[in-house]
Amino acid sequence: MSPASLPNFVPAVPEIFLAAAAMALLMLGVLQRAVAVGEQVRISRVVTWMSVLALLLAILLASAVTGTRIATFGGMFVNDGFALFFKVLALLATALSLVISMGYLERHDIARFEYAVLYLFAAVGMMMMVSANDLISLYVGLELQSLALYVVAAFQRDDSRSTEAGLKYFVLSALASGFILYGSSLVYGFTGTTNFDVIARALDGTPVLGVVFGLVFVLAGLAFKVSAAPFHMWTPDVYEGAPTPVTAFFSVAPKIAALGLLLRVVTGPFGDLVQQWQQVIWIASVLSMVIGAFAAISQRNIKRLMAYSSIGHIGYALIGLAAGSRDGLESVLIYMAIYITMNLGTFAAILCMRRSDRMVEGIDDLAGLSKSHPVLAAAFALMMFSMAGIPPLAGFFGKLYVFKAAITAEFYGLAVIGVLTSVVAAFYYLRIVKVIYFDNLTDALDRAVPKNLTFVLLGTSAAILLFFLWPDPLLASSQSAVASLLGG
Amino acid sequence: MIIEAVTFYILATVAVFAGVMVVASRNPVHSVLFLVLAFINVAGLFILMGAEFLGLILVVVYVGAVAVLFMFVIMMLNLDFRELRRGFLKYAPLGAAVGIVLLAEILIVLGGWSIAPEGGQRFAAAPIPDGLTNTDALGRLLYTDYIYLFQAAGLILLVAMIGAIVLTHRSREGVRRQRISDQLRVRKEERVEVRKVPTGRGI
Repeated sequence: MSPASLPNFVPAVPEIFLAAAAMALLMLGVLQRAVAVGEQVRISRVVTWMSVLALLLAILLASAVTGTRIATFGGMFVNDGFALFFKVLALLATALSLVISMGYLERHDIARFEYAVLYLFAAVGMMMMVSANDLISLYVGLELQSLALYVVAAFQRDDSRSTEAGLKYFVLSALASGFILYGSSLVYGFTGTTNFDVIARALDGTPVLGVVFGLVFVLAGLAFKVSAAPFHMWTPDVYEGAPTPVTAFFSVAPKIAALGLLLRVVTGPFGDLVQQWQQVIWIASVLSMVIGAFAAISQRNIKRLMAYSSIGHIGYALIGLAAGSRDGLESVLIYMAIYITMNLGTFAAILCMRRSDRMVEGIDDLAGLSKSHPVLAAAFALMMFSMAGIPPLAGFFGKLYVFKAAITAEFYGLAVIGVLTSVVAAFYYLRIVKVIYFDNLTDALDRAVPKNLTFVLLGTSAAILLFFLWPDPLLASSQSAVASLLGG
Repeated sequence: MIIEAVTFYILATVAVFAGVMVVASRNPVHSVLFLVLAFINVAGLFILMGAEFLGLILVVVYVGAVAVLFMFVIMMLNLDFRELRRGFLKYAPLGAAVGIVLLAEILIVLGGWSIAPEGGQRFAAAPIPDGLTNTDALGRLLYTDYIYLFQAAGLILLVAMIGAIVLTHRSREGVRRQRISDQLRVRKEERVEVRKVPTGRGI
């Protein structure tokens, strides 16, 4: 009976803190026993603000405990600079999504404190995903995140579109999880281990067919989670049906976490199978860009349009991964950071689209916005220009870095397709700008723009507009993150 | 030895048969009953292998809780399975095609699989440490090597519980709740009324 030595808890302190905070806030909300509607709104407001605070504290903790690469819990959990980069982005995105969702929930009578608690648990799952160093911890983190997401997608439970979105996401996502599990079991069967470091050691030399097979299944499952084509089918329906702030959250935080996981999986355990996964990523990247560009043209609903736009953006980010070089990986990190900023800004603007206190979602509803809301119109147009990749906005630099990485790695075809599809995509982004500035005002949107939305909108607009003046912090941090991923 | 082999084959045969019947029987209640039968036989197989803890937990959790819950759900929902199976013929060819493709792929992969010479030792079950019961050994693993996954699984279950409550719970007005303090405080005068009943007429 030798006492088992305790694992090193320090690298996981941010996760432990956030999980404990979520449970404490859950108890706070439950023990208040709110019966009246007004009381529920008050408690949900308190819990939401405290959740935002907890997320910001978790960012501080994560940056405090991260140094050199440390693996703990028997090598299942790893903390390094790469994980830190993605944790900071995912937590910031979660916090900002919470901030922009407050007014919406109250107006739709769904302000309940569980909403923020579920966001916190999803954030814990995301942190576990990007820190996963074992196939089982990968799966467990992914499921923790997804389960919370299914519930928030169906949060507007009296609305049939929202429940449909939740159910659809649940069923399809369970299928994707099945793919990941099947692939993982093949990898386990052929290498005899689930630990990433040991898999990497077992795989040097000629690739075994079974492992490649397993890898493809795992990649397919992860491609579903980042909504890369051809596993993107769920995206438009879920984005359209889910409550708008939830859509905003879906389009940023889970994507960044799943992409971080994807990067770690392909460069870590399967680093030697680069020939094999590069083909898969290449195809996913091209298909995503093409579908993102062409399918969005005929959309009339702004949320569906944003769904296709996010599919396209994931395609551009995957260019950097397909290049497989160090520059390529850095460009993915930069692209995702810029992408979540643009998306949060755009969704803050979409959440301002209300008429007689009801949300409107058609692109035509934006007609003449420049006359009724000049500032909102300018910010909206700025986001669209940036998404289209017009210099000197941040979106241009994101695309510039991935294309540069593709050309340096001699993936000319990928770069050419990327440029061509971004021209096509520019059409529908610029059409929104045209509707805002040149169409006649028919029926003005509500004047009042909530403070929290203004704050997020102005913050993201400033970041997008002024990125070119001071890009060094992002470039440097993505460089050090990739350096820690690839080991120096 | 021979008794062990005979027991194994009986348990295994019944388990497979019950598994087929779960899918094949027309009445969903019968399906669940066959599921219970399959679980109990698999539990017997576990005990035969010396994994008594797993065997018993299978009976307690799956037979005792999950299968009974299934039974309740199926009996309460009153599902019309003919309605559910209506599209079966329409989708059968597509489903069969996908299944055949998957089977072919699996065969290709397994065809490339050769068991390494030392494989017999590598894939053998880990020996049971002396002086440790099954429960003890499992508990030690769960709370030491796999503590991270164990706790994470706990979080997942918590989220599932929150989700179920968020999506289905409705607080209704006018629900009569039991208030024990009020019940205890009740006096005889508030509840009992003594009346004189005239004979033969009633009240």
